[in-house]
Amino acid sequence: MIPDYRPRVPILEVRDLAIAYETRQGDVPAVRGVSFDIRRGETLGIVGESGCGKSTIAFGVVNFLGQNGKIVSGNIMFQGQDLVGRPEGDLRKIRGDRIAMVYQDPMQALNPSMRLGDQMSEVLIVHRGMSKKAAEAKCIQMLERVYMPDPANVMRRYPHQISGGQQQRVVIAMALLNDPALLIMDEPTTALDVTVEAAVLDLIADLQRDFETAIMYISHNLGVIARVADRVAVMYAGAMVERASVSDIFLRPYHPYTQGLMRCVPRLGQNKTDSYLYPIPGKVPSPKTLPTGCIFEPRCAFARPDCAVTRPPLREVKPGHWARCLFAEEIAQQEWRPPADFVPPSGEPDADQRDKKPILRVEHAKTFYTAPSKRLFGRRQYVKAVDDVSVAVKSGRTLGIVGESGCGKSTLVKTIVGLETPTGGAFEFMGIDIAVPVARRDLQVIKNLQMVFQNPDSTLNPSFSVGTQIGRSLRRFNVVPPQQVRAEVIRLLDMMKLGERYYDRLPRQLSGGEKQRVGIARAIAGRPELVLCDEPVSALDVSVQAAVLNLLLDIQRQMGTTLVFIAHDLSVVRFFCDTIAVMYLGQVVEIGTAEAIYAPPYHPYTEALLSAVPIPDPRVEQSHVRLSGSVPSALNPPSGCRFHTRCPHKLGEICETQTPPWQIAETGQRIFCHIPIAELSKMNSVITMKETSNAR
Amino acid sequence: MAVIEQGVQAITRPSRWHRAWRGLATLFASKTAVIGLIIVLFWILAPILAPLLTPYSPTAQDYKAQNAAPSAAHILGTDDLGRDIWSRLLYGARVVLVILPIGEHFWLPLGTAIWGVLLGLIIGATLGLMGGYLGGWIDEVVMRLLDAMMAFPVILLYMIIIAAVGASATNVVLAIAIVGTPGIARLVRSLTLDIRTRDYIRAAELRGESAFHIMFVEILPNARGPIIIDAMLRVGYAIFAMGTLGFLGLGLPPPSPDWGSMVASGRRYILSGSPWAALWPALAIATLVVGLNLLADGLREESLRYQ
Repeated sequence: MIPDYRPRVPILEVRDLAIAYETRQGDVPAVRGVSFDIRRGETLGIVGESGCGKSTIAFGVVNFLGQNGKIVSGNIMFQGQDLVGRPEGDLRKIRGDRIAMVYQDPMQALNPSMRLGDQMSEVLIVHRGMSKKAAEAKCIQMLERVYMPDPANVMRRYPHQISGGQQQRVVIAMALLNDPALLIMDEPTTALDVTVEAAVLDLIADLQRDFETAIMYISHNLGVIARVADRVAVMYAGAMVERASVSDIFLRPYHPYTQGLMRCVPRLGQNKTDSYLYPIPGKVPSPKTLPTGCIFEPRCAFARPDCAVTRPPLREVKPGHWARCLFAEEIAQQEWRPPADFVPPSGEPDADQRDKKPILRVEHAKTFYTAPSKRLFGRRQYVKAVDDVSVAVKSGRTLGIVGESGCGKSTLVKTIVGLETPTGGAFEFMGIDIAVPVARRDLQVIKNLQMVFQNPDSTLNPSFSVGTQIGRSLRRFNVVPPQQVRAEVIRLLDMMKLGERYYDRLPRQLSGGEKQRVGIARAIAGRPELVLCDEPVSALDVSVQAAVLNLLLDIQRQMGTTLVFIAHDLSVVRFFCDTIAVMYLGQVVEIGTAEAIYAPPYHPYTEALLSAVPIPDPRVEQSHVRLSGSVPSALNPPSGCRFHTRCPHKLGEICETQTPPWQIAETGQRIFCHIPIAELSKMNSVITMKETSNAR
Repeated sequence: MAVIEQGVQAITRPSRWHRAWRGLATLFASKTAVIGLIIVLFWILAPILAPLLTPYSPTAQDYKAQNAAPSAAHILGTDDLGRDIWSRLLYGARVVLVILPIGEHFWLPLGTAIWGVLLGLIIGATLGLMGGYLGGWIDEVVMRLLDAMMAFPVILLYMIIIAAVGASATNVVLAIAIVGTPGIARLVRSLTLDIRTRDYIRAAELRGESAFHIMFVEILPNARGPIIIDAMLRVGYAIFAMGTLGFLGLGLPPPSPDWGSMVASGRRYILSGSPWAALWPALAIATLVVGLNLLADGLREESLRYQ
């Protein structure tokens, strides 16, 4: 079945690929000058920010460019055959047989009205002419290979009956059924939680070892790329700017853009007092108005006159390391210096005075949603989204809340801010009871308690200009006299590094990062004491993310604002927060200072989270802790310790029957677990630095 | 952090004039919409310019030419009382899209059909916004009542209302509004249910804005696209309903030129060899309704394409 090809011969060779999309205004080049090859058993990671053409390359290889996409020039050699210009029929055969693709959203790949078994065996029946029985046996075998629990049962289910992580496993199993030579994965784990993501990434590594498939792995997440890829290609504005082994890309990048990216992401272990994030200035040029010279020249700190004139080729700067930069060698040796006008966010808020009393105190908070009963006259059921949570934040400090989706972190924040009504517990803000929805709060409380939202596309009202929306907050809270509103809005826009010219723009004329800044400006317009940020940067590209984080730090230091920061990216939380609360299924399981949370003793769930988080540094070694099963339903949470169903360190019956005690460690953090603190302290640190940078 | 996004061209917000032009460009991009617009514009401009387009009064009777076929003197022919049909069509169209007569000497601009839809829009949008945004028992009560209204056949509802309050232009407006309200309320409610989940509504709530502000300032402007297109279609249905009412004898009282009653009175002479008195007003209703539908359809397609 495996064709006869010699090892070391690339499975896929792409040479000078250029792809364009036809529009009414003429062709828009989406990808230019892309060359790479992938050998058997090798993973090439393609990384870049949104809109840089990563997915276009993948679609180009399988020729799924849609009606208006076309390959302008270049070759795509797959196992020695050129795919460009082939008739559709041939391509379909090759695609179905030898190339498989896994997309971001498994529900797009699975037919919701067919049983999983039927969908999977169809692949074999159509392409291999197998009998139904033989096909089903092979499918069950494959599901076992992707560690699917109870595969025979899964075969009889419909896609909606299994979890997202399991769906993605089914898609991967389906992709591998035909024993493809090339597997293209386009952000396969982006929609999944970190612990599920870690398990899927483990699976990909295992499968690659066993099947020796060549994998093209596309992701925007540097941490994921560092974990899965052998070699990495960096895309910028439709062009490949650098290509090298994973350790070279992350530790010794040549191209200024790659270097810039590495400075944008907080390494796990860094925090805001001892390091900074340096965003890349400017923004990605649109494919219609590319600079004539080097496409990165307008944003490059090392740009020279030559760069604006000559478009550099992708050249080999050292064996196996390709970069698209005229002066790569010199730049790699130069020490990078932040630009002269870069003022690092500095100055701790005066800790001694402010540390006295918490500004926000939440005790035994409960927020339940009523769920309709399954039976006609049955009892009403409650989704216990937040169940007995106690946290406190001191003035001028930052509390981070981490946890996987469905852990109740957003509900907790919504309850504090007044968008949900608490079912029970005490909520106190600046000494005032705030256990009521926002409609019944005093305007003074409302003014001092604002929120920044996650999704930049829905945070602004599309019908009103930026100035109007920020001005509305100012008028509402009487921050300044009416005739000074415009001046104050402009002051805020300046503070957001946006400037007056944004005053009259409509939200659709802004990029994601700009929208998020306007959202922040609107939140801080009333000069609030406490701002709750619900994943403010998770929808943004890394370079923009750094700028927004710096902005929040700036605001906090200038205005002494207290922040509550929700995120699922643990490196960001570690960098940004003073105190961190880890939540699982509606409860806080561990709370303490950032340093303490990231070092032993750990709560077993924290340990699993830390072990799963992808870290953008190939030298980092993480202990292998994977959770089995999926998060239980909050309608009917497990008794005793809620984590006992998935806990790798479960003690026994005590965990199932008794609510765990709060234990206080020497470092000051509190852990919600039955295991004695001395025992927990003996755990090894999850994250360690490797001495050498060999492959896994 | 002094890293500023440089190299951004200053894009200012387009002026009102510019935005209006862009809206028109969307319209002209669709052939369907342009054809619809031409038909509709004809039925708006012709009635306004009626005194220039016809020498006859719509009520002037010519006993020498009854049920006459089209000729140079009467381009569309005459009806059973010898009145010029072309002139009656033009003056009849005034009531539809151009003026709303209230009393003997007082009228409002915009026609009966448009006022009816506008009134329905005001009531329907308010009910829909309340149901969708406030939810709870308000939603239940409002929507069940509207469901009950929708359970009546439309034409029966029209007849009940007009029979109860009497036939006049104002009452037709009322009838159109009442009949249209449930549908508009349903549409606005469904749009509201979607828009209310957006974060900017959360942000408004966190400013302590009143429900009124959120419904009419934050939500309604973002629902305008589908509402405008739906309203155009509704104007077409309203014209249709006015024709039906006139045909059934519940339109404007004679001798005022009403398209529906013109068809009704002309109907008797179709078999006796003079179909003109029934044909032309029927065609007039048909073209105007089709025109409005084409315009709405074309706009909908174009606006969806650029979403």
